[in-house]
Amino acid sequence: MIKARVTVTLKNGVLDPQGKAIEGALGSLGFEGVHQIRQGKVFDLELDTSDRAKAEEDLKAMCEKLLANTVIENYSIALL
Amino acid sequence: MKSAVVQLPGLNRDRDMIAALTRISGQAPVTVWQTETEIPDVDLIVIPGGFSYGDYLRCGAIAARMPVMQAIREKAAQGVKVLGVCNGFQILVEAGMLPGALMRNTSLKFVCREVKLEVVNAETDFTRAYAQGQIIRCPVAHHDGNYFVEAETLKAMEDKGQVVFRYAEGTNPNGSMMDIAGVVNDAGNVLGMMPHPENLIEAAHGGTDGRGIFASALDVIAA
Repeated sequence: MIKARVTVTLKNGVLDPQGKAIEGALGSLGFEGVHQIRQGKVFDLELDTSDRAKAEEDLKAMCEKLLANTVIENYSIALL
Repeated sequence: MKSAVVQLPGLNRDRDMIAALTRISGQAPVTVWQTETEIPDVDLIVIPGGFSYGDYLRCGAIAARMPVMQAIREKAAQGVKVLGVCNGFQILVEAGMLPGALMRNTSLKFVCREVKLEVVNAETDFTRAYAQGQIIRCPVAHHDGNYFVEAETLKAMEDKGQVVFRYAEGTNPNGSMMDIAGVVNDAGNVLGMMPHPENLIEAAHGGTDGRGIFASALDVIAA
């Protein structure tokens, strides 16, 4: 079994109103000098394989087909 | 003309859409469940609004990968008209049948109100009942209607008249790019829009401004 973590983040240039709101909230809590907050998603997965190359290939396909919307999002894959 | 309404778990505007299509075309649409792989012979397929699959992952993301979408894609390629309203629009962009993406409203709030729409292109299969530049009223109800598309794609879309509706008179409820409220695909037979025209088609609704979209698509424009 292979454990993996997929991280999906917004592409540069795509506005992130949720990130902006979080930035504002941190400011109001007194955390100053915090900029460019971008909210993303993390997926932790377990795969029934020991073939790391295949796992990576499958995860890439999962990202392209469902986990990320590649119009607005980038993704990165880490095998743990 | 015959029509079909797609039904998926979590869509809740299907009844309103069925009522609107029945009222305007004079015949009830057929309903198509998400697992169906074939769609009956119709002239117009409508994906109504709601919250398919609870908006999990991204609005419309899971619905866009259901078997029925492959059938809709094939029909659209044959030239059958497809209309996606609200969640239906989100599903069409997630399915890659329309360019762009729909993101969280910039206000971060769910908006439920009436807006003004400008008919930017009155020469589509869905807007022939309107005049070019006409301003119509239309209700909206959504949390993720903030349309985004890459600058290069947007330019190409504008050149081809693919931007069909814009929010007018400062009524943009969601921060969408260039006030975009509705777009068609390159071929012009797939329209996605955030506002709900099915909720403004008879006097009891307080107006009939939304009627023209169905009258155009169903080819029943009053002479």
